[in-house]
Amino acid sequence: MDFGFLSQPAFSGGGTYFDWVITGIKWTMLVSLCAWVIAFTVGSVLGVMRTTKVVWLKGLATVYVELFRNIPLLVHMFIWYFVMPELVPKSLGLWMKQGMPMPEFWSAVFALGFYTASRVAEQVRSGIESIPRGQTHAALATGLTMPQVYRYLLLPMGYRIVVPPLTSEFLTIFKNSSVALTIGVLELTAQARTISEYTFRTFEIFTLATVVYVVITLAVVVIMQFVETKIRVPGYIGTGR
Amino acid sequence: MFSDFDFDVIQRALPYMGQGMMFSLGLTALAMIGGIVLGTVLALMRLSSIKAISLPASGYVNLLRSTPLILVIFWFYFLVPIAIKHFSGDSYAQGIGPFHSALIAFTLFEAAYYCEIIRAGIQSVPAGQINAAYALGLNYWQATIQVVLPQAFRNMVPILLTQGIILFQDTSLVYVVGLTDFMGAASKVAQRDGRLVEMYLFAALVYFVLCFIASLIVKRLQMRITPPR
Repeated sequence: MDFGFLSQPAFSGGGTYFDWVITGIKWTMLVSLCAWVIAFTVGSVLGVMRTTKVVWLKGLATVYVELFRNIPLLVHMFIWYFVMPELVPKSLGLWMKQGMPMPEFWSAVFALGFYTASRVAEQVRSGIESIPRGQTHAALATGLTMPQVYRYLLLPMGYRIVVPPLTSEFLTIFKNSSVALTIGVLELTAQARTISEYTFRTFEIFTLATVVYVVITLAVVVIMQFVETKIRVPGYIGTGR
Repeated sequence: MFSDFDFDVIQRALPYMGQGMMFSLGLTALAMIGGIVLGTVLALMRLSSIKAISLPASGYVNLLRSTPLILVIFWFYFLVPIAIKHFSGDSYAQGIGPFHSALIAFTLFEAAYYCEIIRAGIQSVPAGQINAAYALGLNYWQATIQVVLPQAFRNMVPILLTQGIILFQDTSLVYVVGLTDFMGAASKVAQRDGRLVEMYLFAALVYFVLCFIASLIVKRLQMRITPPR
């Protein structure tokens, strides 16, 4: 293995191939983190909706979850990038095609974010549902309103219980961000493929990309383990004493 | 918004998309079988008390689980021809074709995920069962194959099938190497006829209907086979 080619000037665009790799990592991080903001917010709202007693809220959230997780992410990408501008009103569609800055990036963020939201929603729901019903009844009996029960009991406890599955969703979002290459986002996997086509150093550059993904995974796992020990609920199985 | 929606383009493309769907379903079925077989072996390896056996298996599983599927597909498109030339000793050896490369990539990738499901399934079998099997004089292989695995798989069937649905969705990613699976067929027609809206919405609908029905069936199966406790 010889990584010397990384310092060579790149085929186009100035800079070296190493700069391309750095750009790739930057886009992978940006797409994943922006999408996670959407996924976490929308997913939390949907998860809460699915646990309420209001039938139409529950139904709406169920339809969303089923619709989004039964369609492959690649199709989501294409729909946000190719189909959306045609379906919205003409003037907005025209702006999305011509005026909007970084259309690939935002399409990827929305596709990945709203797709992952359906999975986050299921985790949040299972967290809230795992809290014994007696606690909700007790909270209501002490005079809290339903929104207060969510605010002070169900959400703080629910989130803490589902930290491990949410961590794995967070890891998945970094891996899934590679699907953004299909609509032209130059993230890490795309850069690796392009560099391999220009330099024929396929083995080296794929190894480097794989190592970067493994490092991202390890970093997330370490950070989340720290978070987990910080906010663990005493007295639950698996939290040690 | 659907005023200039061209349903005719979908109808004309149906035979071609049907072929693509057969590709997707075939790839899913074969990769699922291969993934479960290899995943079982990996799970048994991971559960071994011998470090030399368990460490390589957990290394493999963790490595593949932290790598994006697209990168794995690229890896195998690059590695498989080299491996064939290396092992056959013939530097002019022909490749094995895109379908088989994809099949190898998906089998090896999904095996890592199946391994974790099967490992959890094996661990859910009460230890008393294994002790009883040993007490009856069965050896490791007899106890594993005749006592542990049947009970483990019975509990796991719904999760294994759910993973199969995810795998079916994942097969759409062979698009990145230009194969004509269902999504590949849809996008080729879409670009040839300039009918992106119709084709991609139709593809989304078909995926949704298939996966939704499959997940309903899995849910019913789960309720039926959950053993009485």
